Amino acid sequence: MGIFKKKEEPVYYKGSDASVRQAFKNGDAVTKLSFVIFGLGNILNKQIVRGLIFLAMEIGYLAYLFGFGIGAIGDFITLGTLEQGQVYNEALGIYEYSTGDNSMLCLLYGVITLFLTAAIIFIGCMSGKSAYATQFRKEHKQHIPTFRDDLRSLKEENLHAFFLTLPIIGIVVFTIVPLVFMILIAFTSYDHEHQPPGNLFDWVGLQNFSSMFSQGSKLAATFWPVLSWTLIWAVLATSTCYILGLLLALLINRKGTRCKGFWRFMFVLSVAVPQFVTLLSMRTIFNANGPVNVMLRELGIIGATSSIPFFTDPLYAKITIICINIWIGVPFTMLSTTGILQNIPAELYEAAKIDGASAPTIFRKITLPYMVFIMTPNLITSFTGNINNFNVIFLLSGGGPDSLDYYYAGKTDLLVTWLYRLTITQKDYNLGAVIGILVFIILATVSLLTYRHTGSYKDEGAFQ
Amino acid sequence: MKTKRFITNTACHILLAILSFIWVLPIFYVVLTSFRKEGGSYKSYIWPRGYTLDNYVNLFAGNSNVNFPRWFANTLVIAIFSTLISAFFVLCVSYVMSRLRFKMRKTFLNIALILGMFPGFMSMIAVYYILKGLGFLETGVLKQVALVLVYSGGAGLGFYMAKGFFDTIPKSIDEAAYIDGATKWDTFIHVTLPMSKPIITYTLLTSFMGPWVDYIFAKVIMGNDTQYYTIAIGLWTMLEKEYVEYYYTQFYAGCVVISIPISILFLLTQKCYVEGVTGAVKG
Repeated sequence: MGIFKKKEEPVYYKGSDASVRQAFKNGDAVTKLSFVIFGLGNILNKQIVRGLIFLAMEIGYLAYLFGFGIGAIGDFITLGTLEQGQVYNEALGIYEYSTGDNSMLCLLYGVITLFLTAAIIFIGCMSGKSAYATQFRKEHKQHIPTFRDDLRSLKEENLHAFFLTLPIIGIVVFTIVPLVFMILIAFTSYDHEHQPPGNLFDWVGLQNFSSMFSQGSKLAATFWPVLSWTLIWAVLATSTCYILGLLLALLINRKGTRCKGFWRFMFVLSVAVPQFVTLLSMRTIFNANGPVNVMLRELGIIGATSSIPFFTDPLYAKITIICINIWIGVPFTMLSTTGILQNIPAELYEAAKIDGASAPTIFRKITLPYMVFIMTPNLITSFTGNINNFNVIFLLSGGGPDSLDYYYAGKTDLLVTWLYRLTITQKDYNLGAVIGILVFIILATVSLLTYRHTGSYKDEGAFQ
Repeated sequence: MKTKRFITNTACHILLAILSFIWVLPIFYVVLTSFRKEGGSYKSYIWPRGYTLDNYVNLFAGNSNVNFPRWFANTLVIAIFSTLISAFFVLCVSYVMSRLRFKMRKTFLNIALILGMFPGFMSMIAVYYILKGLGFLETGVLKQVALVLVYSGGAGLGFYMAKGFFDTIPKSIDEAAYIDGATKWDTFIHVTLPMSKPIITYTLLTSFMGPWVDYIFAKVIMGNDTQYYTIAIGLWTMLEKEYVEYYYTQFYAGCVVISIPISILFLLTQKCYVEGVTGAVKG
């Protein structure tokens, strides 16, 4: 030993930082067993509560699996084999329906079982890692956290777990599971001719996609025009609302403007009124016999009986919708930008003034970069929001004017309102799901690229 | 110099006046029609021939099919619960994404971005069957719980705005709190939240609006349970063909009635925007 006794080096490495693979490789028998019997390592090392929670989850899952899950997986692969039929009941002298398999439910339960399985594998890894962390602490004579310590850590180093658990469960149940379900439907024959429980549907592979793109088909002849209008709409709606809203916010926030609260209120009023109210009344206002046409007639701009086809002519309808969308969107942008404008550090402006910068320079060099930095993710979400903007189109024009060249779509239909018609009205769920996936692919390619190039993604701390 | 400034200021005010006139006009039309004496839908004139309060009186009398007071109460309860849950979700997620650094953070950000790109109600039919499978669509009250869950369940994904706001609060303030011995939780509750009034207001408002304006989800979940309708589907019902001739003016009265509480709420929260956060952070 001697005087050069190696100092015990401080262990910053906590064992809980180990990856799953490390935990399995370096763990002892108990740790390895913890990957199969959840919580074992914790229970043996006096972390009873933590261990029991793991164990209870495993038992619950196994009970589900053997009671229901295995059958669900089987049905998921076949999507049901027994079609609903009619059996003649001799005693009553009538035909009775025999219960068949419901392909829809087979698919749904299959997806749910898969998700539960994924969750239990994740929990198994957690159990193993937790057992390894405890083993590590024991070997290094460190304090083994009690259940109370675990709870306390939720306020400090595990705060993110505490804050994220519930939101993530919500997101999985109400967003991810339904999405996976609908994506799978795109690969089945679930259309108006195959409606459960009366009929079975089956996996058809990529057939729906190929019929959407095959040349000369009515579907393809609908898809491309609808797509191009969707893109034009999204670009125009996003940019007009953002630019005009920002200008309006600046106009109200500038030093010389008096009664800022009053002006803000005048615009906020239109946000306060529920959107479908404004949309429906706009629809009546621009109706063929609505007040705008009546006014134009009285002023003699158009003939006494004629009317401007605000919603019945394709081009007019498009322009009208974009203008009404400006009316709706600008106050929203004004509201959100006002908060951020007020948040720009005042020192920046003071310093600029001392250096003798003019107002336009200050705007260009401070306000604009700051706004773009903060608002880019917001701009992208509002772009995607506009591509998926169902309410405005559905409530204003309903997608109309309808066109005979299209497969159940109108001239102002966005992809998403077309999706609505296909699923709710037409019951072609598989085609609807295909469109949903295509919308996703378009948005993913456009916005993932732009988002990755924005300042606020690359360097989140730039203004801190 | 002074006259020049005066001219710019006047021009700005005139511009604002014209713009706000345009923005208020449709609302004025809604209010005007709600007081119109003549029933029926479209008229070939703008100013009503007579004014009456009957539209409001009849609206609140309510009958079995068009029970406005009941719809109002339904929507209010649903809106309050879903606002509380979704505001909690949004603030939690955005704070975590802005301030805390952990292993899966970038993954989560990317997944959230990807999920936001799917059309919202592509999943609607699936959500409907999941709720049905869980037994949520048996009775009217459970349907209302289901609606709250639908409105707030995925709210955690809408964190961008709040995250952007938290990003602008200087990190040095947090660090000062840590040095004083505060845990991260304490910092969030006692330091960050009090400085974030504008964004909390924004979050609360946007999630409160959801149930008042949503038509599709409510319709799919509620089906024909008229009693448990929210305002939006209720008012839509009034515009259906068998009702519209009789209920057209009452529909506008209903629009005015729901807009009032929300406008008052806006008035109250207006202060939060005006005060802003700049003053608090400066020190």
